[in-house]
Amino acid sequence: MRVLMALLRRDLARLLPGRQGGTLLPLLFFLGVAMLYPFAVGPDPVLLARTGGGVIWVAALLAAILPLDRLLANDFADGFFDQWAMRGIAEEVVVATRWLAHWLSFGPPLMLAALPAAALLGLEARTLAVVELGLLAGTPGLAAIGIIIAALTLGLRSGGMALAGLLLIPLAVPLLVFGAGALSTGGSSGVALCGSISLALVALAPFAGGAAIRAAREA
Amino acid sequence: MQAALTATGLVCRRGDRLLWGPLDLAVRPGQALHLTGPNGIGKTSMLRIAAGLLRPMAGQVERDGSFALLDGAVALDEQQALGTALAFWQRLDPAAMPLERLGLDQLLDVPVRYLSTGQRKRAGLARLIGQGARHWLLDEPLNALDDAGVALVEALIAERQAAGGAVIVASHQPIRLCDAAVLDLRTHAA
Repeated sequence: MRVLMALLRRDLARLLPGRQGGTLLPLLFFLGVAMLYPFAVGPDPVLLARTGGGVIWVAALLAAILPLDRLLANDFADGFFDQWAMRGIAEEVVVATRWLAHWLSFGPPLMLAALPAAALLGLEARTLAVVELGLLAGTPGLAAIGIIIAALTLGLRSGGMALAGLLLIPLAVPLLVFGAGALSTGGSSGVALCGSISLALVALAPFAGGAAIRAAREA
Repeated sequence: MQAALTATGLVCRRGDRLLWGPLDLAVRPGQALHLTGPNGIGKTSMLRIAAGLLRPMAGQVERDGSFALLDGAVALDEQQALGTALAFWQRLDPAAMPLERLGLDQLLDVPVRYLSTGQRKRAGLARLIGQGARHWLLDEPLNALDDAGVALVEALIAERQAAGGAVIVASHQPIRLCDAAVLDLRTHAA
């Protein structure tokens, strides 16, 4: 428990937006897309209200790619994972706490930023509620996919970042289909399916990530 | 007495190149082992196999007691002040760090990225000692250290041995070790 708290504290300090390394960039990117979209498609309120929810989802998905390059690679290169292994701290534990810190640093901020984004796109309150619920269900899964990909691309010297983005997009499609799909059906079943996919990914992530880190060490 | 580290039939491969082996090895508690050999012979690989971070191509390693590793990666957050970066490890590790003795007590508010190579080595030593492990694995511990630093490392190693720890040192530089065996990996090169 003491180990978990120490790891989480360091991860949060490094990932949350603030003085130390963490960045507001994904958030600003997300808001930037919501701001640009009405300029691109025109100020038709009906069209914006109908498509705005989907745009928020796509922007959230792309914003999730931005922190991937700093998620694990620096710690791997600086020898942190070796030192944790020498102390008997399993890679799975490190990946699980890193997932939590990663999600906390972009999931809830994106849900907050969805409020001004919804205002910019002229979404109705009911649509906004479905978007927020969907993001709550979907972003943990996005964070899990992100951390698995960050672990899998550890061995790559260059171009890992671009590859991580490319890999995340197809893997995130199921989350997008059900999460954004709930907007058109208006039902909660889409959100529930999105949440179940998220849960499966979150359960998988520490083990897949841990194995990938050990494999990268052997390379 | 049970050996701190026993290796039997170790063979090391990096990529598609066979580096050394087969090799048998036993290091007693209180003993030091000096790994020598030219660059690229596989000294670091040997240490990482001993640490359990790398799987040998063949053979077994048995360890008795806790091991700590000091290598080129200092494992401290570059952006943070040295004191904050060391405090992270201090929250995980049981032993105290002799900061004054290592000459780090005046540097605690300096960001890690501004430290010189020798100062980083000293910071790595603080982390190593803080871990409180019984046995040490040191990869080029004398690199970038001044004369006083070299003497300090030699003294620290001797103290660890006196406390019943085994110390394996990979170094191409001469280092004064007591009760030391020398293993030249060239004699086992494949």
